[in-house]
Amino acid sequence: MTPSALVGRDRPTRTVLIFPGLLLIAVLVTLLALGSGAVAIAPGDVLAILWHRPSGTLDPALARDAVVLVEIRLPRLIAGFAIGAAIAIAGAGMQGLFRNPLADPGLIGISSGAAVAAVGFIVVLGPWLQNTAPELLRFGLPVAAFTGGLVVTALIVAIATRDGRIDVAMLLLGGIAVNALAGALIGLLVFMSDDQQLREATFWMMGSLAAITWPALLQTLPLLVLPLLAIPYAARALNALLLGEADARLLGFAVERTKALVVIVTALAIGAGVAISGIIGFIGLVAPHLARLLVGVDHRLMLPASALLGGTLLVGADLAARLVVLPAELPIGIVTALVGSPFFLWMLQRRLRQPAF
Amino acid sequence: MLSATAIEVERQGRRILGPVSLELQPGAVTVLVGPNGAGKSTLLEVLAGITRPDRGSVAIAGRLLERTAPRELARRRAVLRQHNELAFAFTAGEVVALGRSPHHGRYRRAIETRLIESALGEAGVGHLALRSYPTLSGGERQRVQFARALAQLATPDGLVERGILLLDEPSASLDPAHQERLFVIARRLARASVLVTAVVHDLNLAALVADRIVMLDAGRIVADGPPEAVLTAERIAAVFGIAVDVLRHPASGRPLLASRLDTRDLRPALEEVA
Repeated sequence: MTPSALVGRDRPTRTVLIFPGLLLIAVLVTLLALGSGAVAIAPGDVLAILWHRPSGTLDPALARDAVVLVEIRLPRLIAGFAIGAAIAIAGAGMQGLFRNPLADPGLIGISSGAAVAAVGFIVVLGPWLQNTAPELLRFGLPVAAFTGGLVVTALIVAIATRDGRIDVAMLLLGGIAVNALAGALIGLLVFMSDDQQLREATFWMMGSLAAITWPALLQTLPLLVLPLLAIPYAARALNALLLGEADARLLGFAVERTKALVVIVTALAIGAGVAISGIIGFIGLVAPHLARLLVGVDHRLMLPASALLGGTLLVGADLAARLVVLPAELPIGIVTALVGSPFFLWMLQRRLRQPAF
Repeated sequence: MLSATAIEVERQGRRILGPVSLELQPGAVTVLVGPNGAGKSTLLEVLAGITRPDRGSVAIAGRLLERTAPRELARRRAVLRQHNELAFAFTAGEVVALGRSPHHGRYRRAIETRLIESALGEAGVGHLALRSYPTLSGGERQRVQFARALAQLATPDGLVERGILLLDEPSASLDPAHQERLFVIARRLARASVLVTAVVHDLNLAALVADRIVMLDAGRIVADGPPEAVLTAERIAAVFGIAVDVLRHPASGRPLLASRLDTRDLRPALEEVA
């Protein structure tokens, strides 16, 4: 037995195969998503458009397809992948912090908190900003969603912490309360709003990638990428935190700093995601869990695997949302919840039978 | 040298420890004994910096604990605690590897791997390295955690300088063979001038392994010295409320406590079982 196999922390043979495998699946799902829809584009044509269009050497017969691909599907795909990856690492971070695989940002109320802040911002400040400073309206939305997510995250951490330990029942029950309150507040704000805003309620509650355009994407993309770049810095500390906060401190980690980083990263990822796509549930639960099954618990491997899986899953869910009821489309949150809820129940039930994942 | 000065700890307005002052020397195994609730584990947590005392201070070589960077402390001080659950399925090897965290980036990967392996081997858990930690028994987990502490104090040349090892009831869930193994290692570390302090429940075990015994009762130190001076029949009767005869251990000459528990009182109960 080789030394590294004995220690097992590198899991060399498995990861060597798993990461290229995940990348391959991501590329395949991506090509499928770009080619499918009301206008079907063959995978070869997708590649031809992506390759030739920037240089202006594109076959004119593909011009119409190129517009659909580049102006509609591409920003949607990039947004979907980035949001999925960001939600997944937010989920993975929260689960590490709470030392519990059930701590999904949606289930514990962070997504709803962000949505309430976003809807509140539109309904309360929107009409006023529309006339005075429309720029501020666009830039303010992600900021409002981020703030909402941050407030709820801090609140949930405070509610669930008893004597330095995290009470998981309190965490999930607190999430139920926050979700119920958020639902009521969104309902109230919708009640106060006009018809157009009413239609948007579905968007906030169930999520959609349909409205994404290049400007909206480019404005939010940095807020989604920042968490992906920042979370690796917490990976080793999150590993140590699985032993408990006191033990992580005894190993020399700045636990409070790690907690703050993960909380901010989560609020940023969820806030930015909610601001352009509404509430999309369960990706933060499913992706990290699959990542753990594939590469193990070590956050240095598990976080990148979660990001890849989260992006792929969300693009896949969006693909399903677009195709199932052509030419209309489903809210994507319905798709993720249809798949995610049974998964959550399965995890709960498995949790009862065995103490750990 | 690890010194605690005028330590007092309160919980919900009640003083559960102190005032206690204690100086611990490197190169010796000091064992804290006392009845349940005497404050042994609390004192150990204060020494480890896990519990901040309400009054008093802890210093390592004259430097206050809270003035020392956590990472710097972690490079020379390992703590084995009682609770050891883990929510996610790290392998035992990965848990031990976490003990190397304070030294991250210092040595090459191959050296780190060797140190982790030798810690696993020393604690007798080499065969468990690839097992999922949550599937291990209580005793196996305890040994894996001990291996993590050993890995934390290891360097390629042997041991960290002026190392400190704090053990909170390290043998509670271990079978006799593994208890012995753990304390043999602890004594070996002490001979290599590590400061070793352990909370131990079993007074006979304490008598065998300790260079110095500190006895606590109701939050105060009631005796402090070599085993034969601390473990007297009168003191054990006064502090623990049990009657014992203090014999001499045939091999080591250390105190050996024989309980005067009247076995005749047990007979009706035993007959019921039969």
